[in-house]
Amino acid sequence: MKIHLTSVFVDDQAKALRFYTEVLGFVKKYDVPVGETDRWLTVVSPENPGGTELLLEPAGHPAVKPYRDALAADGIPVAQFAVDDVRAEYERLSGLGVRFTQEPVDMGPVTTAVFDDTCGNLIQIATQPQE
Amino acid sequence: MADGLFTFEALADPTRRTILDELAEKSGQTLFEICSRLSMKHRLGSSRQAVSQHLAVLEAAGLVETRRECRYKFHDLNTAPLRHITERWLDRGAPGPEESTP
Repeated sequence: MKIHLTSVFVDDQAKALRFYTEVLGFVKKYDVPVGETDRWLTVVSPENPGGTELLLEPAGHPAVKPYRDALAADGIPVAQFAVDDVRAEYERLSGLGVRFTQEPVDMGPVTTAVFDDTCGNLIQIATQPQE
Repeated sequence: MADGLFTFEALADPTRRTILDELAEKSGQTLFEICSRLSMKHRLGSSRQAVSQHLAVLEAAGLVETRRECRYKFHDLNTAPLRHITERWLDRGAPGPEESTP
């Protein structure tokens, strides 16, 4: 078994697609209409197009808002993405106007930072120690 | 709080002192960041709920202040209660023994 797809809820799929592709640098993989307004919308890493897909899932369900509000208040991210250099990525994304709730911190062997994806979620980026 | 009782109670716990160390290093942390620092940097396995309770004690003692920005809650260090302690015993103008030459 392996992880094929995971998802984040997003307030607005079109806006989320722009942020996840134009700002973060992922590429769109599937974009299929579902129902009247929703889309089956996934992105993947350009470094690994056949790898795990991230589904940008509509946040319309009534449970989503209280769930995400409670996580955001305590600064808890909903997903973690790996980057080569957290500090460089922090500088790049900050320059693009991305808001961080946690600046890069060395947590023992791992360096992490947490930013707002503008679609309702906090995302953690992490640089793992070189193996 | 005038006699610093809460301050001493708050400082009596080693985890709470570590929280203050981390907030002194960088003010403005979310609960998540504080928990991450405690577990990853200090190997303290306190639950999020326990850390939240520690923060409530520190906040009651005035050593930690919280502010909400957008959807997020940040914790800042406030050293004013510690200053009251130093004023009570240390800032009386009398030279301490450490100032006498051996």
